[in-house]
Amino acid sequence: MAHVDTTAPEAAQTSPITRRVDVTVNGEPRSAEVEPRMLLAHFLRETLGLTGTHIGCDTTSCGACTVLLDGTPAKSCTVFAVQANGREVRTVEGLETSDGLHPMQAAFHQEHGLQCGFCTPGMMLTAIALLEENPEPSDDEIRWALSGNVCRCTGYQNIVNAVRSAAAAMREGE
Amino acid sequence: MATQPEIRGIGHSVERKEDARLIRGKGNFVDDVKLPGMLHLEVLRSPFAHARIRSIDTSAAAALPGVVAVVTGELMAEHGLAWMPTLSGDTQAVLATDKVRFQGQEVAAVVAEDPYTAKDALELIAVDYEPLPALTSPQAALASDAPVIRDDKEGQDSNHIYHWESGDREATERAFGDADRVVSLDTHYPRCHPAPLECCGCVADVNPATGKATIYMTSQAPHAHRTLFAMVAGLPEHQIRIISPDIGGGFGNKVPIYPGYVVATAASLLLGKPVKWAEDRSGNLISTGFARDYHMHGELALKGDRMVALRVKMQSDNGAFFADAQPSKLRAGLFGIVTGSYDIPAAHVEADGAYTNKAPGGVAYRCSFRVTEASYLIERLVQTAAYEVGVDPAEFRLRNFIAPEQFPYRSATGFDYDSGDYAAAMQLALDKLGYEDLRREQAEAREQGRLLGIGLASFTEVVGAGKGKDYDIVGLRMFDSAELRVHPTGKAVLKLGVRHQGQGHETTFAQIVAEELGIPPEDVDVQEGDTDHTPYGLGTYASRSTPTAGAATAVISRKLRDKARELAAHKLEAAPEDLEWEPGRFFVKGSPDRGATIQELSLAAYSDLPDGMEPGLEGVHYYDPPNMTYPFGTYAVVVELDRGTGAWKVLRVVAVDDCGVRINPMIVEGQIMGGLTEGYGIAAMELITFDEEGNCIGSNFMDYLLPTSWETPKFELDQTVTPSPHHPLGAKGVGESATVGSPAAYVNAVIDALAHAGVRNIEMPLTSDKVWAALAEAGLAE
Repeated sequence: MAHVDTTAPEAAQTSPITRRVDVTVNGEPRSAEVEPRMLLAHFLRETLGLTGTHIGCDTTSCGACTVLLDGTPAKSCTVFAVQANGREVRTVEGLETSDGLHPMQAAFHQEHGLQCGFCTPGMMLTAIALLEENPEPSDDEIRWALSGNVCRCTGYQNIVNAVRSAAAAMREGE
Repeated sequence: MATQPEIRGIGHSVERKEDARLIRGKGNFVDDVKLPGMLHLEVLRSPFAHARIRSIDTSAAAALPGVVAVVTGELMAEHGLAWMPTLSGDTQAVLATDKVRFQGQEVAAVVAEDPYTAKDALELIAVDYEPLPALTSPQAALASDAPVIRDDKEGQDSNHIYHWESGDREATERAFGDADRVVSLDTHYPRCHPAPLECCGCVADVNPATGKATIYMTSQAPHAHRTLFAMVAGLPEHQIRIISPDIGGGFGNKVPIYPGYVVATAASLLLGKPVKWAEDRSGNLISTGFARDYHMHGELALKGDRMVALRVKMQSDNGAFFADAQPSKLRAGLFGIVTGSYDIPAAHVEADGAYTNKAPGGVAYRCSFRVTEASYLIERLVQTAAYEVGVDPAEFRLRNFIAPEQFPYRSATGFDYDSGDYAAAMQLALDKLGYEDLRREQAEAREQGRLLGIGLASFTEVVGAGKGKDYDIVGLRMFDSAELRVHPTGKAVLKLGVRHQGQGHETTFAQIVAEELGIPPEDVDVQEGDTDHTPYGLGTYASRSTPTAGAATAVISRKLRDKARELAAHKLEAAPEDLEWEPGRFFVKGSPDRGATIQELSLAAYSDLPDGMEPGLEGVHYYDPPNMTYPFGTYAVVVELDRGTGAWKVLRVVAVDDCGVRINPMIVEGQIMGGLTEGYGIAAMELITFDEEGNCIGSNFMDYLLPTSWETPKFELDQTVTPSPHHPLGAKGVGESATVGSPAAYVNAVIDALAHAGVRNIEMPLTSDKVWAALAEAGLAE
């Protein structure tokens, strides 16, 4: 194999510079040594094994990688893991509790708000952040809030229905 | 008598079984697959659209710590893998050896311990290119002095690929000779991209001890891909296992085989370790299956208000390799369906293909092999003709539709339409819209200086390929399959040859078993996508899963029900013909209390059989459809134009679909709304274009625009139901109707707002600058 060199070169022994990241993910403290350039999306998926956060575009355009960073939606494909140091991250894996599904998860299921499911984690997290600020949004407010999250399957109408229905359930639950 | 579980078969909006994992972030997409010792592959792509490769120096990349291998075309050639066959019988470079032929073409690949290192190493590969002139349109490519893009092919002395004809030229010419009037339209269906939210990728795991290649792959057609891998790589087919796990949308993009899959598999074979290739978005948009890029000239011959002939010349822009995903015998797919919903006695279609320095891999973006282009052309032509004749576009359609009593109907280009009632679907759409009132409102608005437009599209699709005799992919007949195993406790596993990417098969197909065999959907586990554990099939695209695998599921369920009748006869001590079936249960005629449930009979199949009966309750059926299915409908769109900016806003979308019998109405409506949104995207914003040097514009989601929740219109849906006479359930397939039908409706609406000023065409995507230019030319701009 002319171009294949399977022996590790000596230079491999020099490790890249790393930084320690201490972050609370879904309520649990997590720590790791990572390269400063590592993206938060990769940190969650590869370092912590939380593969529910998906990567769709690499350019902050599609929102599949949305997580909540201190409660605010952030597109984790353009945030460095080190920027999350000392902060709280919430991902789709943190939505269900011992009481059952989050009302947003239940509503996406009931309203057929997902098809392939690739955008769904980011979409639900953005919607949850909306309802934190505005517990009774209009359809237009929902559509505006979700406009940074692309869905290629559903046409959004059932997603809007799901968010409206989750909002009602969450208001009743309070 | 045991309490019967609720059986929610056909017609129930059963909530989706697949949601449970997806809403928890517990889906298993290809990029989620992580194997011990797994390496990462990244692809180096050409910055030039057309260039000769003088040399490639990989030494610096290979020396980078963490890099395990650098793969070039030269290395692939040593293993006979520098080129691979395409789905249209052409060849495509896996890694370039001689020239690059489009921007983004795969030139080399790096395998490293982590993806960051692999990307670093790509920057260290030095490629010496000699740029050549780039040909970015078929017109330029077919000029007599154009350089030959495919100089690798012996005997290829121009950039012409194919010539294809359909219909009766002489009859069409005669009809044109006798016509009162000829209406024509020149239009380009622009290059767009399916852009599923998940890019393509694979994890290839060739076990050095056993030689077995397990390939996790974003594949809409895992069985066909296994066979192609066997043919391309020379691996024995039983040693290849394709696993297509959860797929994050496909829309046709995941039908072809791409170089990344081949290189990753070769790398795994050579290195003895699992290799992951996870394509980035830019790679997805610039190198994988684009769609459309058809330049169309259509002419309608009219006698009075009747269309008497259609003549079409079409020029396809196929990119650097003819890699269109379509049945082997069809050079332009099913474009011949261009007569649409209309009774046009004569038609002739001519098509030619051209190589250009653009990405290859024309796929049917949520469409059945070029039906979208055909539907767009005829629906745009019909509206143009209506204006020229001076008849309302709805009325003009009504006068030209194929009538219900004409079915089965053979079209002038040889398609056998199974069933339809086009006028009924259109009338329902018009009623729902309040069409006549809207026309009055439009006239009044015009008086006040406001521009409203009403656009219709009454599409007919042809989906559900095969029949296998006429439709094949590289010789493989387009049937599909279902294997049903009922366990002793009455729970079942259904295994299919198709592979969903969000269409809800795990629910819909369980409902078919529920309908036919009486086992509730929650007791049927639907499995797809693992070639070692599912029966052979051609995959999910072209709206074919329900027409083929759905039919196979119904047939095998009925066969097992027949066996259950024998078991019931034995158990109830009655003659089989004296038993009656009600959902989930056989009982003795006239004695409804003497019965046995399907669950009891399942147990009997393993425990209490008549002498001589084969034990078990399972079987497999391969279904080769006798014909395609022909879903149809009418979409009606209302828009208002901004005379100051050319922006247009959708005020209403009414969609009446007839896809035959609906198995899960909720899922069907979800498919339609998704298609209406992608259709809107195509009409309004989605575009892959190129500058004159062949640089791709549309290589990321900042340039390739997708509709978001903010722009996307709200949809009002309705239905008519005209069952397919040849499908066991009367179903027709629906995944693509709205992408096929709706672009013309949106465009027709914008044109309709300007038709009074003589505007007949604006090319998609209808961006505000183009609409403003049309407004300005018509003297209507503010």
